[in-house]
Amino acid sequence: MPKLIVDGIEVEVENGATLLQACEEAGAEIPRFCYHERLSIAGNCRMCLVEVEKSPKPVASCAMPAADGMVVHTKTEQVKRAREGVMEFLLINHPLDCPICDQGGECDLQDQSMAYGVDGSRFHENKRAVEEKYMGPLVKTVMTRCIHCTRCIRFSQEVAGVPELGAIGRGEDMEITTYLEHALTSELSANVVDLCPVGALTFRPFAYTARPWELKKTESIDVMDAVGSNIRVDARGAEVMRILPRLNDDVNEEWISDKTRFVWDGLKTQRLDTPYVRENGRLRAATWDEAFAAIAERLKGVDGKRIAAIAGDLACAESMKALKDLYTSLGSPNIDCRQDGAKLDASHRGAYLFNSTIAGIDEADAILLVGTDPRKEAPIVNARILKRARAGGLKVGVVGPRADLTYEYDYIGAGPQSLKDLGSFGDVLKNASRPMIVVGQGALMRHDGAAVLAEALALAKSVGALLDEWNGFNVLHTAAARVAGLDLGLVPGEGGRDVEGILAGASNGEIEIVHLLGADEFDMNRLGKAFVIYQGTHGDAGAHRADVILPGAAYTEKNATWVNTEGRVQFGRRAIFAPGSAREDWTILRALSGVLGKPLPYDDLAAIRAAMVADAPHFAAGDAVEPVAGMPLLPAGELDAAPFETPVRDFYMTNPIARASAVMAECSAGRAAAARIQAAE
Amino acid sequence: MSVRRLDPNQPASFAFTAENAEWARKQIAKYPQGKQASAVIPLLWRAQEQHDGWLPEPAIRHVAEMLGMDYIRALEVATFYTMFNLSPVGEHFVQLCGTTPCWLRGADELKEVCRRHIGPEGKVSADGKFSWMEVECLGACVNAPMVQINADFFEDLDAASLEGVLNNLREGKAVKPGPQNERHASEPAGGLTSLTSVGEPQTGGGN
Repeated sequence: MPKLIVDGIEVEVENGATLLQACEEAGAEIPRFCYHERLSIAGNCRMCLVEVEKSPKPVASCAMPAADGMVVHTKTEQVKRAREGVMEFLLINHPLDCPICDQGGECDLQDQSMAYGVDGSRFHENKRAVEEKYMGPLVKTVMTRCIHCTRCIRFSQEVAGVPELGAIGRGEDMEITTYLEHALTSELSANVVDLCPVGALTFRPFAYTARPWELKKTESIDVMDAVGSNIRVDARGAEVMRILPRLNDDVNEEWISDKTRFVWDGLKTQRLDTPYVRENGRLRAATWDEAFAAIAERLKGVDGKRIAAIAGDLACAESMKALKDLYTSLGSPNIDCRQDGAKLDASHRGAYLFNSTIAGIDEADAILLVGTDPRKEAPIVNARILKRARAGGLKVGVVGPRADLTYEYDYIGAGPQSLKDLGSFGDVLKNASRPMIVVGQGALMRHDGAAVLAEALALAKSVGALLDEWNGFNVLHTAAARVAGLDLGLVPGEGGRDVEGILAGASNGEIEIVHLLGADEFDMNRLGKAFVIYQGTHGDAGAHRADVILPGAAYTEKNATWVNTEGRVQFGRRAIFAPGSAREDWTILRALSGVLGKPLPYDDLAAIRAAMVADAPHFAAGDAVEPVAGMPLLPAGELDAAPFETPVRDFYMTNPIARASAVMAECSAGRAAAARIQAAE
Repeated sequence: MSVRRLDPNQPASFAFTAENAEWARKQIAKYPQGKQASAVIPLLWRAQEQHDGWLPEPAIRHVAEMLGMDYIRALEVATFYTMFNLSPVGEHFVQLCGTTPCWLRGADELKEVCRRHIGPEGKVSADGKFSWMEVECLGACVNAPMVQINADFFEDLDAASLEGVLNNLREGKAVKPGPQNERHASEPAGGLTSLTSVGEPQTGGGN
C-alpha cells in the first residue's frame, strides 16, 4: 500500500489507486471532466493536473498510479496556471450560451471555470460549430458544446453494454454520434446526460422547462421495477419536473433506467383526481361521502367469502397493510397481491427474495437466469451483471427467453425441463464458490410456477448455493409492491382464493365485490358482474371497469414504504401533493373502514408503520437487507414443458403511469419501429 | 482537414470478392482470438481498393461484421484516417502535398494546375477521370513539390510537368512515376557535389 504526501498530508492508499484518488483521500479537491469513478480512465481532458516533485511537468492525476514516496502539490501556482491553460483550451470552442443552456446551474464546466477560467479569450478565430446529432426521444444534443470527454462513449460500452456511441473524425472535428444517428437503444441510455459534464447532452423531455435552482428536491424511491432505485424527484409547485438518480452503491449505484427517469409526464395525464360512482352504466364524478356510501350500501349484508381484494404492482406497503386489515375485518380471506398469478410462496421470506442482494452480484462467479430477461425486467440488475461479467471470471447460463442481455451467456434451454438437466453448466454451478440462481416472474406466473420454484430451490441446494455466508437463491421481481405485499401477508387466508380463484369466482358470480388497489394488469372482462371498487391513480383498465373509483396518490405524492426485490425496506418521500381530491391510499382505506363501521386501529403514519413492524419486524430498519435464516425446501411438482417467457413484453409500458406517459409511448413506438425494420431485413 | 462525412449517395450493398474475402480471412488469422478487430485497417483498405478507391457505408458495416465489431467502432476508424476516402474519387486520384517544403517549392502553382485541369478540390471531374485533394506531408520533401496519383509519386514537379502528367493520364498514355526533371532519385539536382573523384583515401582524423 503506497504512502504518499499530498499538500503536506501523508496518506496511504490501496494498491492500484490513482493519484487523483490519493489526493481526494487527503482532502484535496481535483477538478475533472473525463474522469468518472465508475468508468474506465480516459485521461483526455487534462483538467486534473497536479504537480509531483521530481516530475518535469504537471501530471494528469486521474491516469497516474499513486506510488510510494510521491510528494504531490495540488494548490501551487504552477498547478493553477496549468489548469487555467487547460480551461482556456476547452473554452476556445465552447459556446458562451450558458443563459440558454439547460445545463446552466449544474454544469461542471461552468462551475470549474469560476475557479480556473480567465475573463477573456485570446483567440480571434471563429468557434467551431457542430451539427446536432439525433439520439432518440430522450437525449437532446447540442454538440457544439461538447468537450470530448468521452464519458458517454465509455458509459454506453461499459455500463449499458450497448456500444452505440462513438467519436467520429478527429482533432477539432471529432464528433460524438451514434452509427448513422440511430436512436439509442439501451434501457439506461439517459444516464449519459447525467454523465455529460457540459450541456451537450440534455434531457429532451425536460428541455427549456425549468432551471435547477427553481426546483424543490425530494429524495425518494422509484417504483417502475422491483429494484427500488434511489431517486431524487425535482418538483416545481404542484408538478414533478424531472427525476434523477441518487447514489446508493447497494442498489442502483448512480444509474436509473429510462423508464424510471422519464415516466414523470405520466404523472400528469389520465389522473383520477376525484371519486367516481357508476350510475346507470356511466361513471359520474362524486364526493368522497357519496363514493363511500355507495360502497357501504353494496357491502351491506354480503358474506366475507364473496368479497375479494387484489393489490397491484405500485401499491405501497402502508396501503397494502390497510387493505389487508380492512378486508380481514370484513371477514374476507380472498386477498392477493400477486395479480400476475405468480406462484410465490409467502410462507418463507427466503423463497421470494433476491437473497444474494444486488451488490452481491459483484461477488458471484456463476449466475443461472431462469425464466427472466433482466435487461427488460430490471435494467439496473442487468447492468450489475454486466459489470461483474466485464471484471472477468463470470459464467452466465440462461434457461428461458433468448434475449440480448449485453453480455455473453450459455444458452441451456427454453423451459423448465432444462432445470433438471443443465448439461455442462451444472458443473459450472457446482464448481463455483459464489453461484447464483435467479428466478424471474416468467418462470413463476405459470400454472406449474410452484413446481418451478421448488425445482429451482432444490437446484440451489444441490449445487451448493445455499451456504452460511452466501445465499445464492434469488427471485427477481418485476413489481415494486410485491415483496412488501408478501411480507405483510397479502395472500389468500384460510380457504381464501388467489387471483385466479377471485377472477374465476367473479366470472361465475361467486365473488360479488372486488377491491382493486391499483391492479390493472389482467383481463378486466373476467370480473364478470362483480361490483368493482378501483382505488388507484390512473384511468387505466381497472378504472374503466370500476363501479366506484377512489382516487389515490402516486408514488411521488406520498410518504410510503417500499420493499425491493432484495427485501430492502426503503422510504419514499412526498415531493408534491396528489391532484384534486385524491388522497394517500392508506388514509382512504382508513376512512372507508370508519364508514363501514370497522375502524382500523391507526390514525397516522407512525401508527400504521408501527402496525407494520408488529407484523414484520424488518419494516423497522430502513435501507438494510435482513438476511434470512435457513432456506425452505418446497414440495416438488409436475413441470410443464412450455418455454418460459418474460412478463415484460414492452419495457416502456409496464404500469399505468408508464402507459399514461407520452415520452414512454414515443420510446415504445420507436422501439417497435426499429424491431419491424430489423425483422424486414 | 475538415469534417469528414459519409457520401450521401451510397451503394445498396457491399461484399468482398471471393479473392479478397480469402485474403481477408488470412489477415484476420494473424491476430489472436478475441483481437480480430485489429485487422480493421487492412480490411477497410482492401475494401476501398475494391470499391474504386472510396469506402462506402455498406463496406464499413461489412468489415465490422466480419470482425465482430460494433458498427460505430469501424466507423470511428474509417472517419479518423484520411487515407479512407468517404466519397467517390476519380480514376486517377491526385493527392497534392501542401506542407511547408512542397509549399515553399511551388505547391500553390500545382494546386492552380489541379483546379484548372480537374476542378474544385474534392470533386470528381466531369469525365470521371480525376479528382484531387491537398494532403499533409507524404515524406518526399527532398523531391518537393510532389503529388501522389493513385499508388505512384510524381516528384520535382512544376506547373508544366504536372500538366503533362495529367494530360497523358487523361489520354491514357503511359507516364513515368518519380522525379519529373532530370533527377533519378534524390541526388543533387545539378550533378554530384561531393565524391566527385576517386583518389587516395584520406587518412582519418586523430593522432
